[in-house]
Amino acid sequence: MKLSELAEKLSLKIASHTEGMNGNITGAYSSDLLSDVMANSKVGNVWITLQTHINIVAVASLKGLAGIIIVGNRQPQPETIEKAEAEKVTILTTSHTAYETAGQIYQILST
Amino acid sequence: MTPEINGNVEGSFQLIGGNFTNAGEASTQLKMKLFEFGVDDAIIRRAAIATFEAEMNVIIYAAAGQLHYYITPENIKIRVEDMGPGIEDIEQAMQEGYSTAPEWVREMGWGAGMGLPNMKRNSDEFMIESVVGEGTTVHMTINLNE
Repeated sequence: MKLSELAEKLSLKIASHTEGMNGNITGAYSSDLLSDVMANSKVGNVWITLQTHINIVAVASLKGLAGIIIVGNRQPQPETIEKAEAEKVTILTTSHTAYETAGQIYQILST
Repeated sequence: MTPEINGNVEGSFQLIGGNFTNAGEASTQLKMKLFEFGVDDAIIRRAAIATFEAEMNVIIYAAAGQLHYYITPENIKIRVEDMGPGIEDIEQAMQEGYSTAPEWVREMGWGAGMGLPNMKRNSDEFMIESVVGEGTTVHMTINLNE
C-alpha cells in the first residue's frame, strides 16, 4: 500500500517531504526507543512514535523506513522538519495515540 | 554483486560530545560512499546502523571523538575512539538493557542499553577497548562479500 493511501485512511497530516507519499509501505513498527527501531523495524516500514526531536530523521533515513507517524498531537520540532526535508524523510502527524494508530494500520494492512 | 572498489578508500570524522543536531552525519556520508561503490543495500544498512550507534555513544557520553573508516574490496573497517569516561565493566555494558545514560537522554529514546549490542549484531567482527578516565575505542569490521 502507498503511504498516501494510508495517510488518507487515517487522516494523517503531512509535516515534511510530500514526495515520499508515493512510496510503498511494507508494514509498521511502533516504538519510542530509537535503537529498538534500528534493530527491529524492517525496510519500508512506517514508524509510529511520540518522539519529535531531530534524531528520528537519521534513524528513519539510515534504516530505509517509508515514513514516520508522530502520535498524540505532538509536532516535530522545526529543526526536525528542516532535516527531514533535506534527508527526504516523510513525517506525518495524528491526534490519535500510538495504540489507536497501530491498531488501525494493523487492520488496514491485514485485510 | 561485487562492489566496484578500486584500491582502498578511507576517511574520518570528528565527533563532538553533546552535539545531537549533527548526529548521523558520519553514518550518512559513509552510507553514500558505500552506495556509490555499489555495495549491497543490506550491508550498507548494517554499516550505517553500527556507525550511527557508535556516533551516538560518543555524543551521549564523551567530550569528543573520532570516527575512522577504511574500505577495501573485502570489507569496511570502522574505528571509533573517544575521550570519554571509559567503561568500567565491558561485559555488563554489552548486556542488552544495561545503560548508564542520564534521564534526559532516555527521554529522547536513547539510552535503552541497545547501542553496543546493535553495533555487535551488525558487525562481522567487533572489539571494544576501554580505559576508565581516558576513553573507549570500538573496532568494527563488516564484510562486503557474503
